[in-house]
Amino acid sequence: MTVLELDNVTGGYGETEILHGISLKVDPGEIVVIIGPNGAGKSTAMKSVFGLLNLHGGRVMLDDEDITNTPPEKVVRKGVCYVPQTGNIFPNLSVHENLEMGAYVRRDDFSGRLDDIYQIFPPLVEKRNQPAGTLSGGQRQMVAMGKALMLEPKILLLDEPSAGLSPKYRGEIFKVVRDINEAGTPILMVEQNAKQALGIADRGYILVDGQNRLDDTGKKLLANKEVAEMFLGGGSVPAKKTAARKTKPKARAKARGKSKQ
Amino acid sequence: MIDFINFYLIPGIVLGSIYALGAIGITLTFGILRFANFAHGEMMTLGAYLTLTMMWLTGWHPLVLLPVAMVLLALVAVGVDQVFYRPFRNSPAVVVVIASFGLMLMIRSVTQFSWGAQLQAFVPGIQRPTIFFDVLRLQPKHIIIITSAIVLMGIVHYLLTHTRIGKAMRAMSDSPELARLTGIDTELVIKATWILGAATAAAAGVFLAFDSHVSTMMGFQILLPTFAAAIVGGIGRPYGAMAGGLLIGITEELSSYPWIGDVPLLSPGYKAGVSFAIMVAVLIWRPSGLFRGRVF
Repeated sequence: MTVLELDNVTGGYGETEILHGISLKVDPGEIVVIIGPNGAGKSTAMKSVFGLLNLHGGRVMLDDEDITNTPPEKVVRKGVCYVPQTGNIFPNLSVHENLEMGAYVRRDDFSGRLDDIYQIFPPLVEKRNQPAGTLSGGQRQMVAMGKALMLEPKILLLDEPSAGLSPKYRGEIFKVVRDINEAGTPILMVEQNAKQALGIADRGYILVDGQNRLDDTGKKLLANKEVAEMFLGGGSVPAKKTAARKTKPKARAKARGKSKQ
Repeated sequence: MIDFINFYLIPGIVLGSIYALGAIGITLTFGILRFANFAHGEMMTLGAYLTLTMMWLTGWHPLVLLPVAMVLLALVAVGVDQVFYRPFRNSPAVVVVIASFGLMLMIRSVTQFSWGAQLQAFVPGIQRPTIFFDVLRLQPKHIIIITSAIVLMGIVHYLLTHTRIGKAMRAMSDSPELARLTGIDTELVIKATWILGAATAAAAGVFLAFDSHVSTMMGFQILLPTFAAAIVGGIGRPYGAMAGGLLIGITEELSSYPWIGDVPLLSPGYKAGVSFAIMVAVLIWRPSGLFRGRVF
């Protein structure tokens, strides 16, 4: 059985079409990663699950239920949680209130779940009464993920959870993603840090120009020569690897900074 | 000194409490629905007239009737929202602002048509102040207004920080997009915003009428200082609105105190200008307002 499936989805914002037929699926217990160059439609593909864009064709299936073009507030109630790349916390609400808002659609007693979240993210305990907007980037990301996990979702969608984080926090976030997954939540994740992401992924999809280019297991994609050239900064020769690793994050941060301006 | 307290400070706190209550509604609408609601002054007026009418019918004290007026005005606000504002939900803010301006004129016409344009009073005649410690002159109405305003602000604080819907209101004020992604029912939050805004507007209108008189222009006359209060406090910040309201109310009254010599520092005719002078001064010092409100 498949938790989430996109079947030949086409669509975009308004009239512009960004996705030209994307298919992907997430099975129970999996971490699935979407990678691809800028503008490939990675985030858009994820948003299509959440009813955030107009789908012109194709289907989105959740547990064999058709959720194509369902508005976001209803998708949440069906057990899908989405953590956007930016603007994923309520900055003026305290950390604790952010987590409570994550459980907004729950009508039962969720205090036990709150304790679980603080156990997954221990740094949040002492910040619980602080406005979330005053936290560091890594801690905000923890709040955002914790908020999404409050619902004990059927599947968690993460849009570039490691973007803009220091290397130390980046490693921590990937570790948390794996922990969450090991606790039983399937994860669909868009990532720029292709190597680290594929390292923890069961399977990966490579999108180019709004279309599927490649899909395989995380390991095989890491070893794939084309993938290595496109995303991993040169061939997968071990000696070159370390050098590429050192220069990559900075260069990427620069590129990102530029694209934002 | 005692004159300063009796005739300037206490009226200032009274006026400030009224501004503060009015500004809460303006700042909530601005934060959550993202537009400047020009019809808010007219809601205050309507609240006062509804209370006046109930006083004619029952002969009860306005303070007793205030909760009823709040409920009635909240119903009006939610009804108006459904009929009038809902079609504009995804329109640019400027369209909604103009719409609220139109609504302001409509409500005023309805009030003038129903109740007439002449001044009316809750309590006819002059009220005698109660004198404390031989010198402190407190009018009962002032005590009522100040204590009720404090209680109401306490209730607003409790609602916003301790209830599920109140927290959802603050969340939506922070980010409507994320609120939707979180599964918050935004239409419900919008209704709650109108209800809270209308209830505080009713209180502001009734207290203003209680302090002076009822007229169809009363809400409009305090609308601009109320806006100034919301801006001074920081747009979208309910506590800012409370602080800004008190600041502006008190300074308006104190501006006509004979600080130098024995003539008023400023003629009372300039009171309205004072609120804007304060606003400009505060914004130069702190551009996003006292409580760091939203910046556009």
